[in-house]
Amino acid sequence: MTAALLEVADLGKHFGGFTALDTVNLSIAPGERVGLIGPNGSGKSTLVNCLCGTLRNDSGSVRFDGRVVDRLAAHQRTRLGMARSFQLPKPFGSLSLADNIRMPLLYTVNARGGETLSPAALDARCRDLLQLVGLADKAARLPRDLTQVEMRKLELARAVAAEPKLLIADEAMAGLSHSEVDDILALLGMLNQRGIAIILIEHIMRAVMSFSQRLVVLVAGRKIADGLPQEVTRNPDVVKAYIGE
Amino acid sequence: MRPLTFWLVAIAVGAAFFGLSLLAPNQYYFQAGYVVLQYIVLATAWNILGGYTGYVNFGVAAFFALGAYSTVALYKLLPLPLPLLVLIGGVVSGVVGLGMGYLTLRLRGAFFSIATLALAVVMETLITNWDYVGGSRGAYILRPAQVPLLGNYIVYLFLVMLALAVIAIGIARSIERSRLGFGFAAIRDDEQAAEAAGVPTLRLKLVATTLSGALMGMAGAPLPYYVTYLDPASGFNLAYAVNSIAMPLIGGTTSWVGPLIGAIFLGTVQQLATVTISSALNLLIVGLLLVGFVVIAPNGIVGLVASLRAAMRARGVHRQWKRASREPLPRESPR
Repeated sequence: MTAALLEVADLGKHFGGFTALDTVNLSIAPGERVGLIGPNGSGKSTLVNCLCGTLRNDSGSVRFDGRVVDRLAAHQRTRLGMARSFQLPKPFGSLSLADNIRMPLLYTVNARGGETLSPAALDARCRDLLQLVGLADKAARLPRDLTQVEMRKLELARAVAAEPKLLIADEAMAGLSHSEVDDILALLGMLNQRGIAIILIEHIMRAVMSFSQRLVVLVAGRKIADGLPQEVTRNPDVVKAYIGE
Repeated sequence: MRPLTFWLVAIAVGAAFFGLSLLAPNQYYFQAGYVVLQYIVLATAWNILGGYTGYVNFGVAAFFALGAYSTVALYKLLPLPLPLLVLIGGVVSGVVGLGMGYLTLRLRGAFFSIATLALAVVMETLITNWDYVGGSRGAYILRPAQVPLLGNYIVYLFLVMLALAVIAIGIARSIERSRLGFGFAAIRDDEQAAEAAGVPTLRLKLVATTLSGALMGMAGAPLPYYVTYLDPASGFNLAYAVNSIAMPLIGGTTSWVGPLIGAIFLGTVQQLATVTISSALNLLIVGLLLVGFVVIAPNGIVGLVASLRAAMRARGVHRQWKRASREPLPRESPR
């Protein structure tokens, strides 16, 4: 087995007296597709925030690409190759779609050292990325002109612009219609084929089951299952957490 | 326009303006021009933080007065040339600006603004109780009557402030076109998303608060020589904050042109009102204009012009389309 891309060991996070995450262990291999599910309030978003540096974990450690990243700020983790999309899309509202994509290019790709993209190369890269998600004809528009599904696509394009090794998609499909979910799934599949490992956090089981190679279940801040999707959904603990006894 | 070209043009415009101002019939024009230029610097400085990154600073007077009071303190300590005093005032206020930047770690939006207002109150209290710089009695500054080459000292003050205005606008415009300005816009729109896109938000905010504070301090440093008597109540006057915020809002906050237009417009109106009606009317004018602009042009004069141009362009396209639809369709030529 190759070295893990992301290695989470005994991760813990408290908010006052409330334990949001309790000794969570998780390992993601390069290029892997992992689904992360759990009932509302089970700690999925807290886990994402701890992984990405929006929140600091209280205990345990996060190792990414061979480095301990616990004390790194969010933007430093992004530069290392960890990208995320937000549950509620957070576009840069005053900037055009192309400029939304340009931001991570300027601040990650061009900030990593080594080759920097020329202005012309930046333009080309913005165009390509918008093309990838099917928004090329709206490059000059503002995010407020987009539909909900287009907003999600912009969110993913912006995350991918940072040339990540790992993409954490936090409910990228919530509230979308059946065909729109398929759209996003196809997009994520394509990104995965480019070698990006993906953690998919989702409530839509159809999407999670068809996408994931492995399924992780969080309940009340604890990981209760981790394995092949079919087996995990038959796991009595998981069934109990979702449906009750 | 390339940054270097812009700097050259800005300096040329400044020089031309100064040349023109020498034709002024009397000293009053320099006296009034100084105030307008000072507001160009203050409004531009405020906008670097407030307009670009979206952090509204109500404590303009604190930075401005700190610049002024560092001049007062040094005046008593050892005599220094004015440009050097301006530089020192900038450093002092820049350091306080850096401190204010760390506030952004915990405070956003209205809470940050209230903290900056509190900062101004704290600073005023400290200065009021610092006897060396005159305390609440205030301090007198004797300025030389004449300077070589320029004649009256007010012309010299005017020239220094003009240079500062050119520098401030040059800096603001350079930021706007750079990666830094781009990062500022990301912070203004969504800080969490900015971090996720790799923008080092804290570092950028510190740059903005430091730069903004430093420019305000630089604008304040020549003040004691201008007024020749400075007390805390006038140095920390709330009007500085109100005007420095109103000017970018009236002009438009997203580009360097906005604060420039706003400061020239509002500053000139205030000067006119001061001479013709009364100086007490100034803040009333600001208030009325602000209300008017918020209703008519929420994005300031710059935004108003942009939307008018967009409307004109749309109408132009519409007219072209109508003309095209009136023309007979080209008949296919038989082969």
